[in-house]
Amino acid sequence: MAQKQFTVTAETGIHARPATLLVQTASKFDSDVQLEYKGKKVNLKSIMGVMSLGVGKNAEITIYAEGSDEQEALTSLEETLHSEGLA
Amino acid sequence: MSSILKGIAASSGIAIAKAYRLVEPDLSFEEKKVDNPGQEIERFQKAMNTSRSELEVIRDRAKTELGEDKAAIFEAHLLVLSDPELTGPIEDKIKQDSVNAEAALKETADMFVTMFEQMDNEYMQERAADIRDVTKRVLSHLLGVKVLNPSMISEEVIVIAEDLTPSDTAQLNREFVKGFTTNIGGRTSHSAIMARSMEIPAVVGTKEATVEIQNGDMVIVDGLNGEVHINPTEEIIDNYKKEQGHFADQKAEWAKLIDEKSVSKDGHHVELAANIGTPADLEGVRNNGGEGIGLYRTEFLYMGRNELPTEEEQFTSYKEVLEGMEGKPVVVRTLDIGGDKELPYLNLPHEMNPFLGFRAIRLCLEETDLFKVQLRALLRASVYGNLKIMFPMISNLTEFRSAKAILLEVKEELLEEGVSVADHIEVGIMVEIPSTAVLADQFAKEVDFFSIGTNDLIQYTMAADRMNERVSYLYQPYNPAILRMIKMVIDASHKEGKWTGMCGEMAGDEIAIPILLGLGLDEFSMSATSILPARSQLLGISKEEMKTLAEEVLTMSTNEEVIAAVKKAVNL
Repeated sequence: MAQKQFTVTAETGIHARPATLLVQTASKFDSDVQLEYKGKKVNLKSIMGVMSLGVGKNAEITIYAEGSDEQEALTSLEETLHSEGLA
Repeated sequence: MSSILKGIAASSGIAIAKAYRLVEPDLSFEEKKVDNPGQEIERFQKAMNTSRSELEVIRDRAKTELGEDKAAIFEAHLLVLSDPELTGPIEDKIKQDSVNAEAALKETADMFVTMFEQMDNEYMQERAADIRDVTKRVLSHLLGVKVLNPSMISEEVIVIAEDLTPSDTAQLNREFVKGFTTNIGGRTSHSAIMARSMEIPAVVGTKEATVEIQNGDMVIVDGLNGEVHINPTEEIIDNYKKEQGHFADQKAEWAKLIDEKSVSKDGHHVELAANIGTPADLEGVRNNGGEGIGLYRTEFLYMGRNELPTEEEQFTSYKEVLEGMEGKPVVVRTLDIGGDKELPYLNLPHEMNPFLGFRAIRLCLEETDLFKVQLRALLRASVYGNLKIMFPMISNLTEFRSAKAILLEVKEELLEEGVSVADHIEVGIMVEIPSTAVLADQFAKEVDFFSIGTNDLIQYTMAADRMNERVSYLYQPYNPAILRMIKMVIDASHKEGKWTGMCGEMAGDEIAIPILLGLGLDEFSMSATSILPARSQLLGISKEEMKTLAEEVLTMSTNEEVIAAVKKAVNL
């Protein structure tokens, strides 16, 4: 299993467009991808799951990926977080 | 069978096309046990797949025809549709409880809707609406009911609806909508205003259009006489085609006046301006020879979306309008929301009397952050043309002073930041509340101009809700009580060397124009399509004679007497 921790720097946190992009990215991979915030884990391929976390600015989040392409999934999500100025 | 419905002629012209019902379909079903859950899951997946491909087509078309902004709604719907946290539990439920797909879908979706609705966050609450929309679509496919896709209309149609809200009209594919007819509404309801700005015929307030008209029925919308013909005979269609021709000829006559000045027979000039809602309406203003914008309703910038428009978005729109008018006056009304115009994302509580409630300037003076963003955008745009700023719903001088103080504060901030702002921006008010009309002499000392908003002024003076058809007979623009108030406002402004305009429906009305000319109104702002007929009328009447007529009607006692007197005086 691959995992990595990030600190959200975006003013608006992870909502609307960023959430959409993260879910779209995660959905490209076969691995199970999860997002953890404040001890609550949700499926990162679920838009409703991600949004229900209400991730705001300065939040500490962890992304977990488990499966055949876990490393690629994590790298790709990290890129999305950076390119969107989220973390 | 051919039949006729009577309604209110809301936008002139004649349209002949097939009916398209914009009516919510019946999605009721019974919860029942299924013998073969595997098969039921397949049926569910099939409905999901159909919905998905349908949404992909809609999204792509929305992208090219309506812009990324509108397409984003469908992108969100697609994401909900592919959400494993939604589809997983539904399939589990079908399998474990052996229930039909409809029931499993509804129960699971409802749970999410409730969860999102309870969140203390506007954005999340909006997502509840996405889930509801998606559920409706899938449910329709499960039940074999036709799904409404107004943005997908691809042949010429006449839209039949109970009423048309701003979000309905935003989704319509304008290219193919030739006319509309609604059950409710009057000349000043949103649907009517939209029809005039789209320059398509409309008949509103037919009471039973959605009952009498089925999808695919041939329909004639006669926006001249307020009639809707359902499945008319060939003969009627032929007659209407002829009348369509006459109307086109008349329009061609008017079109010759595009570059003419708006002067009365005895050489008195007035300004004929247009009411607009978006920069897209500028084309209509140009095509109809508008001498300015007398009312730019900025609320459309705020509607049909999920969050407030940014300063940059607003600036772009204002700049586009100011530049497009090439130095001609542009009166921008600051946000007039509330009443019949709601913004779901502001989460304003439901009111018993929204027209008398927390709306327009009342809201802006409390939500100053929101107000300041708009004022900043306006002031930044001011250097691109001839901007005039107008505050809506002013009921007392303190409100005007507060609003103006905020405007000046914002201007100072911008100047400090080194942003250039035009020097002499006129700041005026809408006169739509009787208290302001009565106290116009005091206001005239402080404002630069008045613009009389007759739709609301009449509603507030007659105490008649303009959304309520049963009291629509009280919408009496020529009632001497209204005319006297208009006179007070015009006289008060002239005494202080200021000017008065009018931006309600009345300004473009052939009965009102002679009286208003006689009373000395300086600017008439109306639907763009009314400008040329108004100019044509003005050319034929003299201000001196209309002054005598106005003095005469002011001493009359009823709406009807005034109508009769004007008709007689100007041969209508």
